[in-house]
Amino acid sequence: MTKPKNEVKLQMESRSVNEGYARVAVSAFAAVLDPTVEEINDIRTAVSEAVTNCIVHAYRNGVGKIYIRVRLFDGGKVEIQIRDRGCGIADVKKAREPLFTTLGGDRSGLGFSVMESFCDRVRVRSAVGKGTTVTLVKNIKGRDEPCEP
Amino acid sequence: MQVNIETEGSAAVCYLSGELDHHNAPAVREKIDEFSVGFCPQSMILDFGGVTFMDSSGIGLVMGRYKLLSAANCTLTVRNLSAHAYKVMRLAGLENIVTLKKCGEKGGKQHDKTEK
Ligand SMILES: Nc1ncnc2c1ncn2[C@@H]1O[C@H](COP(=O)(O)OP(=O)(O)OP(=O)(O)O)[C@@H](O)[C@H]1O
Ligand SMILES: [Mg+2]
Repeated sequence: MTKPKNEVKLQMESRSVNEGYARVAVSAFAAVLDPTVEEINDIRTAVSEAVTNCIVHAYRNGVGKIYIRVRLFDGGKVEIQIRDRGCGIADVKKAREPLFTTLGGDRSGLGFSVMESFCDRVRVRSAVGKGTTVTLVKNIKGRDEPCEP
Repeated sequence: MQVNIETEGSAAVCYLSGELDHHNAPAVREKIDEFSVGFCPQSMILDFGGVTFMDSSGIGLVMGRYKLLSAANCTLTVRNLSAHAYKVMRLAGLENIVTLKKCGEKGGKQHDKTEK
């Protein structure tokens, strides 16, 4: 395992108002890798999905803590870990299937699909009654060389 | 997040602006649904020109409005989507049920925000 070249940890309460803060904070930390606008949006969206899941699913009956760790590696790799100590997921494979949702209303069951298609890797570890850890890996290729001579 | 609704005859355009996430979606949904129930439009356009961020909550919003409006025989178009919002909606296959128009595309109003 290579050592990260930089790391930050954030902790926040599972209040929906913090969704915006979480995605902006993570993308700001990764900004030193000079990502494209598209790559920044990919990271923001994937983080937003994972954090929202902690709020609406993990701590559905109250407020708990969300722990985020972001690590930057040489070569442009960003690893974002989003962890909760909430209810956990009984069947992770099923939860990751497109359109699977345990909540009705306007939930579409596409959160994991968004994370998977916007990141290079998504790892989910979960234990019922203990909580869930989602790890997102994105390889930043960055901007094209500027056109100036 | 802001929603401004304009009408012309039986057509309605909802201009959305701000960040469309799980925190903001309920207020947007309530505003659109409350209007739809009272006004009964025959066509509805959701204009995403001012939307600066969108996650799967945007998919849920569009799918939910599609279900309600199509049951009331109202057509739904989503226009002025940023490259990013378009990518998210395509992932859900929304282009198969509602008309999706990217920013600058015909039928979508031009606006000067440049993508990429
Ligand atoms: N952190 C979590 N804790 C507990 N359950 C979770 C967590 N994250 C996801 N789940 C479970 O996995 C299911 C699928 O999650 P996913 O994000 O794909 O869809 P959704 O949240 O239901 O809908 P959407 O994200 O489209 O609004 C959820 O319905 C929920 O049952
Ligand atoms: Mg979700």
